Amino acid sequence: MSNDFSRNAHVSSRELGSRTRILHALHIDLWLMLPLIALSVSGLFVLYSASGQSDTMLMTQIRNLGVAFFVLLVTAQLKVATLKGVSPYIFSITVVLLIGVAFFGVGAKGAQRWLDLGFIRFQPSEVMKVAMPLAVAWWLSKKALSPARRELLIAFLMVSLPSLLILGQPDLGTSLLVAISGLSVIFMAGIQWRYILSMLFLTGLSIWPAWLFVLKDYQKQRVLTLFNPESDRLGAGWNIIQSKTAIGSGGWEGLGWTQGSQAQLDFLPEGHTDFIIAVLAEEFGFRGVALLFLLYVLILVRGLIISWRAQSSFARLLAGALIATFFFGLIVNLGMVSGLLPVVGVPLPMVSWGGTAMVSMMIAFGMLMAISTEHSVTQAMR
Amino acid sequence: MVRQLNQMQDWARETRIIHGRIVVLALMMLVIMAGLLYRYFVLQVLQNDQYRAQSDRNRIAVRTVAPTRGVIVDRNGSLLAINQPSFTLAVTPERADDLAQTLTTLRELLDLSDQDIALFLDTRKRRRAMSPVPIKYRLSDEDRALIAVNKHRLSGVSVASELTRFYPEGDLVGHALGYVGRIGIDDVDDTKKDEYRGITHIGKVGLEAYYEDVLKGGVGVSRVETNARGVELDVIDRIEPIAGSELSLHLDLGLQRTVAQAMGDMRGAVVAIDPSNGGILAAFSNPRYDPNKFVNGISFDDYAALRDSRDSPLLNRVIQGQYPPASTIKPMLGLQGLNRNVISIDTRIADPGWYSLPGDPRRYRDWILRLRGTGHADDMNLRESIAQSCDVFFYDLAHRLGIDALAESLDEFGIGSLTGVDLPSEKRGILPSSEWKKRVIGSNWYGGETLIVGIGQGYTLATPLQLAVATSALATRGTAYKPKLVASVAGTALPPEPLLDVTAPADYWSEVVAGMVDTVFSPRGTAAGMRTGITYSVAGKTGTAQVVGIAQDATYDEDILSEYQREHGWFVGFAPAENPEIVLAVLTENTGGGSTAYPVARAMLDYWMKQNEQ
Repeated sequence: MSNDFSRNAHVSSRELGSRTRILHALHIDLWLMLPLIALSVSGLFVLYSASGQSDTMLMTQIRNLGVAFFVLLVTAQLKVATLKGVSPYIFSITVVLLIGVAFFGVGAKGAQRWLDLGFIRFQPSEVMKVAMPLAVAWWLSKKALSPARRELLIAFLMVSLPSLLILGQPDLGTSLLVAISGLSVIFMAGIQWRYILSMLFLTGLSIWPAWLFVLKDYQKQRVLTLFNPESDRLGAGWNIIQSKTAIGSGGWEGLGWTQGSQAQLDFLPEGHTDFIIAVLAEEFGFRGVALLFLLYVLILVRGLIISWRAQSSFARLLAGALIATFFFGLIVNLGMVSGLLPVVGVPLPMVSWGGTAMVSMMIAFGMLMAISTEHSVTQAMR
Repeated sequence: MVRQLNQMQDWARETRIIHGRIVVLALMMLVIMAGLLYRYFVLQVLQNDQYRAQSDRNRIAVRTVAPTRGVIVDRNGSLLAINQPSFTLAVTPERADDLAQTLTTLRELLDLSDQDIALFLDTRKRRRAMSPVPIKYRLSDEDRALIAVNKHRLSGVSVASELTRFYPEGDLVGHALGYVGRIGIDDVDDTKKDEYRGITHIGKVGLEAYYEDVLKGGVGVSRVETNARGVELDVIDRIEPIAGSELSLHLDLGLQRTVAQAMGDMRGAVVAIDPSNGGILAAFSNPRYDPNKFVNGISFDDYAALRDSRDSPLLNRVIQGQYPPASTIKPMLGLQGLNRNVISIDTRIADPGWYSLPGDPRRYRDWILRLRGTGHADDMNLRESIAQSCDVFFYDLAHRLGIDALAESLDEFGIGSLTGVDLPSEKRGILPSSEWKKRVIGSNWYGGETLIVGIGQGYTLATPLQLAVATSALATRGTAYKPKLVASVAGTALPPEPLLDVTAPADYWSEVVAGMVDTVFSPRGTAAGMRTGITYSVAGKTGTAQVVGIAQDATYDEDILSEYQREHGWFVGFAPAENPEIVLAVLTENTGGGSTAYPVARAMLDYWMKQNEQ
């Protein structure tokens, strides 16, 4: 049926401008695409400076972006119905892979995150970032909203099993993002506020046992340092102090591109990855930061609009969850770099160096575009 | 129809639910993004000044530039203490991903002892944050290669090139030079902390310690832009360090070598002085140690071996070894006897081989008694008594002087007083008197003890340097200068400082010196064995210092005494006898007597006189 829709769309969208027609044909959502491109391009400038003007890193990042945008376009071509159809399978396979990681995984620095299949090594936890909202949206949209207690219970199980597996790797950052991507579907589906409030209450209660039994020493250290970075200014506090110094010394106008002493003299750790916004803040000042915020806000607003207008509950839940997850990753990064949140390894979306996270994020935006263009087409039909 | 209607109702309800949640989400996003933006605004705009200053503090480091320590050379410019480039392995704990792991890896690669690690951890507590802490000095080429190859496993590890102290002559001049060592907790007090910023070593012993202030130099300061690893990128401004001053010694390396060769394995001390200014021409103490071992921290085992050795290699016997001066003080006492009119040049004393005080049956034996069964001759005058080291004559002289005049006499020659040599930790020896005995031992002085002091035994103790200085007063007929190793500091000569001034008529001096010349040149002189083939005149005096007391009726039997109980040998003297150029004192420990000491003196004098002919 959806096939019919798109075929008809070509014929009957004559009144739309030709440019719009091409974009529709390619399933591109212009108002999502433009800020994404703007963000990627400005991110390249910051990365070039943050990497110490490394041409090779710049070229690698351009290639990563190329791959990521290609993945976005491919994903955008998928039908929402197809996404819905494959979601339980993708989810189940990924859970199996995560269990596989727990037993046969390989890794570095004490964390076991990779699965080596012989011909390819990859991180199932990254796949889960996408598989989770798909599966939970699929599950909850099967029955009428808001979900009944039984549906909720199963949905929570679907969220917690993979999250705990990833937490055990250990990878606190990804585990949080995966959990959030599932929980935000449940939130979008209209879970009663009393459940939300009692869950928040329980979370509050569980902080103490979690501190004692779950968090690793280095994770506790990060939290403690947050409250008093000066207590260990050369150890765990170093990152926070140096990144705040970098941000703070930027002022209104910044020190100029490639002129930030914190970034260029290596005081700022992880300047090209998680802490890249500190480089931007130091070199482009508050004006640069505000502009970056604007781009992110454009993406968030567009994401919410797509969710608002989507044509099925599944699509709405999925779109809402995807943009909420994007938002969560963003604020965790912005918060930790500016010393408001503990340091967990979460990159700045679209700007930080790295390929894997960017690809899984672009799959998410691809799905948003798939949802968005399907809805435009339908609307054009009417 | 109903089903369709239901579906439409469901759709409307679900839309309402989801739209409601989107609104909540949008509000959350708005509030949180605005809050975060405000956070950045606070940091960047409101607190900009504070963070700008912090960033500058990060960027600009004040580096101290260590000065080059002054070198030490002998009288002919031969290098005795220099600074050599060497490579030091350091760890910056803040830079290490896992300090324990880094240390473990280093121990796998290099030869690091527990003590090295302990010292490293100790140093770590006392240095400034983010600065490298040295862990191993003088890396070999192999060490450096190993570190380079394993660089990836050694986070926080750096190799720095610096100048380290090196003593090219090793143990030959070790006692006099002393050594520098890493600055310890108590080495520098707080008032001097700034002077030592950036300096890693300090003079601990010997000349290095005594002249620390001039050798050290002044620390330079440079403000540099650094990156977070402390790597200098650009120098902003710089105050150059002031190099330490060069010390030029009176010491003659050739003479020192001659001494070392002549002493061989004998324990003991040798010192030679230029009588015209007190300059120390040779200062040698055996056994020795290599000061280079101490520069970068001696291993615990090595140190324990040196410290616990019965032969005390760490002791600088020249200034710290205290021995009974024995017969070496006889010429001085002779002179003072003449001076105080208790004897004359012609006084002759009957010598049966022993002496006893009036009304006291106890016999004080002459050393010759045990060899010949009689005295040196029927009677002896001063000159003969000096040459043949007649105890009976000096028992009598001591008795005539009495203990207090005796002590005064020796005090004028500096026995029991510090010479003020330019070395730390000099010992003063003991010059006993009735007052001294009451104060230190708490009992009255006995007449018999006076006799024992008269032959330089009993309570009397002197260092080889004291005897050399005293002898130099004999050599110059009255004046001795404060002994000094250093002739000039940074090219400026240090003036001689008079120390002893003994006045006596010229014929008294001549008589005493004649006795000392006879010691070497008369057939019955106690150092007659020294004169074979000699081409210059020498005045000398031997001595045999008892280590254990001999009971009244016991006889001295070398065989039953252990090595460490055997007598020490002395020789003091000067050459040429008139217009002396060199004064020396030789002590050989537990060798049985002076006959082992004068061959060393002969070798030194041969070297010196031959050198000065050219």
